[in-house]
Amino acid sequence: MLSQKTKDTLLGPLNANNPVVVQILGICSALAVTVQLKPALVMGIAVTIIVAMSNVIVSLIRNTIPMRVRIIVQLVVVAALVTLVSEVLKAFAYDVAMQLSVYLGLIITNCILMGRLEAFAMTNKPWDSFLDGLGNGLGYAIILVIVALIRELFGAGQLLGIQIIPESWYAANGGWYENCGMMLMPAMALILVGCVIWAHRAYNDKEGK
Amino acid sequence: MDNALNLFVRSIFSDNMIFAYFLGMCSYLAVSKNVKTSAGLGVAVTFVLIVTLPVNYLLQKYVLGPNALVEGLDLSYLSFILFIAVIAAIVQLVEMIVEKFSPSLYASLGIFLPLIAVNCAIMGGSLFMQQRIGLPETDPKAITGFGDAFFYAFGSGIGWLMAIVCLAGIREKMEYNDVPKPLQGLGITFITVGLMAMAFMCFSGLSF
Repeated sequence: MLSQKTKDTLLGPLNANNPVVVQILGICSALAVTVQLKPALVMGIAVTIIVAMSNVIVSLIRNTIPMRVRIIVQLVVVAALVTLVSEVLKAFAYDVAMQLSVYLGLIITNCILMGRLEAFAMTNKPWDSFLDGLGNGLGYAIILVIVALIRELFGAGQLLGIQIIPESWYAANGGWYENCGMMLMPAMALILVGCVIWAHRAYNDKEGK
Repeated sequence: MDNALNLFVRSIFSDNMIFAYFLGMCSYLAVSKNVKTSAGLGVAVTFVLIVTLPVNYLLQKYVLGPNALVEGLDLSYLSFILFIAVIAAIVQLVEMIVEKFSPSLYASLGIFLPLIAVNCAIMGGSLFMQQRIGLPETDPKAITGFGDAFFYAFGSGIGWLMAIVCLAGIREKMEYNDVPKPLQGLGITFITVGLMAMAFMCFSGLSF
């Protein structure tokens, strides 16, 4: 259905060329919003939409942008899209928008966006750029979800706010289990992403041999 | 204004841009390979913060805020676009100045100098400032005047500078360590930063 090139554009960023763990882009928000699964999911979706849309827009106007001011033009396109998304979130999912706080606005300065716009959208056709944006957004979302899953499950015993670890296991109710409070600390996000990079590289090195 | 010293110290230690909010991570991880370059970038980031944050403060206070320009008009939703435009313009200026007066620093910073425009620490500083204006005056985090905004920017910049120089020092030493192969490079750097962040948590609650 898809040609090999489009397939690579779309699926490459999910694993072999992942924007977070391989290219180390967009780390700031990836670390900050992963205490719980829900904001991480919303953030992943928001970034995917914005990368795909801004890629299409910049790709459409790429021949009319003067080289010297291209960064400012790109920033304005992205900032307009982020404003739209944040207004929509404030209207329909107010509590999540508050949880994301400044990190929603910081999508503007997310390096994935600038990286994809510079490296791909400026030189490719709109449809390819759209797929590339979609792939990179999803690659980012996957890492966010993995880290948030671990942190919320072990840090609070919940997923999406629903209790997963049975209440009767807890020490307070006569069981043996205790939540790992360390998972909720900011430092743990860094260490977990470090471990994800470790696992990803170890796996891919083995595949390569 | 009497809150300024408190804001300054807090933004260096307990509200450190890197360790508490993960802002400016991309360039932080990419440039921290040696102490000299990272100190240069740290100074550039501090300078851009000091200039942009007070400008954005005035913008927020007198143009964008509720009832600032015209009674009953709240332009806050334009803040993303205006803040980033101010930042991009000032970074362009800094780039030209550095290129003229210190070509060697310009060469070693390379692509990361124009990328300060999209450094989350700069934009994040402005967005936190926007949030903190709304806080009650008794709150230790509240920014109530131009001086507060300036010292908040200064402290955040110094905090960022300190963090990147520390990490660069550690990474220079780590070159000689025997790290498992898949963990080498970025993996171990992340874990190092995580441990540094944990150490910095002992400053939380610090106040003057």
